[in-house]
Amino acid sequence: MLVEIENLTVSFPTPQGMSHAVRGVSLTLGAEKMGIVGESGSGKSLTARSILRLLPENARIAADKLTFDGIDVLRAREGAMRAIRGKRAGLILQDPKYSLNPVMTAGEQIAEAWRTHRKGSRREALSAAVDLLAQVQIRDPRRVAEAYPHELSGGMGQRVMIAMMLAPDPEMLIADEPTSALDATVQAEILRLLEDLVSRRGMALILISHDLPLVSHFCDRVLVMYAGRIVEELRAGDLTHAQHAYTRGLLDCLPTLSHPKPRLPVMVRDPAWLS
Amino acid sequence: MITVDDLRVRFGETEAVKGVSFAVPEGSSFGIVGESGSGKSTVLRALSGLNDDWTGRMTVKGQVLAPNRGKDFFRRVQMVFQDPYGSLHPRQTVDRALSEPLLVHGIGDADARIARALAEVALPPAARFRYPHQLSGGQRQRVAIARGLMAEPEVLLLDEPTSALDVSVQAEVLNLLADLQQRRGLTYVMVSHNLAVVAHLCPMIGVMQGGEMVEILSGEDLRAGRTTHPHTTELRALSTELEEA
Repeated sequence: MLVEIENLTVSFPTPQGMSHAVRGVSLTLGAEKMGIVGESGSGKSLTARSILRLLPENARIAADKLTFDGIDVLRAREGAMRAIRGKRAGLILQDPKYSLNPVMTAGEQIAEAWRTHRKGSRREALSAAVDLLAQVQIRDPRRVAEAYPHELSGGMGQRVMIAMMLAPDPEMLIADEPTSALDATVQAEILRLLEDLVSRRGMALILISHDLPLVSHFCDRVLVMYAGRIVEELRAGDLTHAQHAYTRGLLDCLPTLSHPKPRLPVMVRDPAWLS
Repeated sequence: MITVDDLRVRFGETEAVKGVSFAVPEGSSFGIVGESGSGKSTVLRALSGLNDDWTGRMTVKGQVLAPNRGKDFFRRVQMVFQDPYGSLHPRQTVDRALSEPLLVHGIGDADARIARALAEVALPPAARFRYPHQLSGGQRQRVAIARGLMAEPEVLLLDEPTSALDVSVQAEVLNLLADLQQRRGLTYVMVSHNLAVVAHLCPMIGVMQGGEMVEILSGEDLRAGRTTHPHTTELRALSTELEEA
């Protein structure tokens, strides 16, 4: 197993005492595509970021076990974590507009990521960057390599981010809402691209999203989180067989084209879900 | 109630809206869908009076709209924006945000009106003296809708009103919008990139691509797959593909 998590908790100190954002999450991840779905504040991003120990400074993190390929993430030195972050596990964020450096060309940024993790010359790095851009299915990789982020569309920008994360040839990708800022047509293209790259390279993928139907379409299995806990795990095709009332509520309250309803069912939150 | 005829909007060299026409009957809803850059929000901004640089002909309740609108127009037509974080003043309480339209339009009886507006959008009375950061995203959007209703408008222009919200909150806000429409006979024009959301609220839908409204069709035709333009077909396929997963 690449990632093993047992009884993970992430808490934040507040004037009213500790606030628990992740409460006893356990999961394992191999070379597979796993989705984590939940609403804002459910702890989905914190859970995934814990694997890289990339949490806000005031976060308190505890777990019976939290390992990445056998490395104890909670006790690893910062240097050991830096050898994981980016190099062995990449993180793709929501909006390329804010994640790319606006004053560096796309090619230079990818080349920088490549050189940071692999030794090579500038020239080698730049040609690797063009090659990576071609791999993320950019038709004219040379032109895009010379473009600045503001000259790229949202979908192109996200492809550049993915190319950058692929540069060190990581074993795992965490994609945190990678397509929420994109149009529906582009969203499908980017997810298909991610799916294809992950399968071809035999990588592990954690896809974090609030969109349950979307995630189950692209992942092997889906974890549904509510208030810091995993309330249900589903095989991708089993969406219609969801058991937990929260999961069913998430599905029911979506307006759909195929099953119109005059009024949308509203989620009634059962306090028992919290225990 | 609303007619838009051959609306064109230019930003410098580029024409962002290239001759868009549609009509909305009183008490009904018209939805505009399209991807980013298709010009859907630009249509709404021209209609709302936020952009006065346009050509064409637009009417609201039979009155032809001039580029510069009178005060009465801004009472009768209100707009709700996508992001309630951005559209509510962070240092003003809900009470202050809701009194503003009353002050602007010289409407009295503020106290009772605000209390009523809060009840109408199902916010607790205690929310009245809170600041936006003390409310959840869904509550904030309810405040933005309540503010839009303060001056008793006839038309609400909704620009992606639920895109920033969780799906469970989106359902609540869509239900609220449907209730308000029924109760007050409001006319809506709603812009969204989400076809299912638009089709839920609007019986007629216009699909935009590259500044043109490439197709206007009814919700039933859309659901049944009776689309004529390839872009509509594509958007519909993307939306239903996920539903069937």
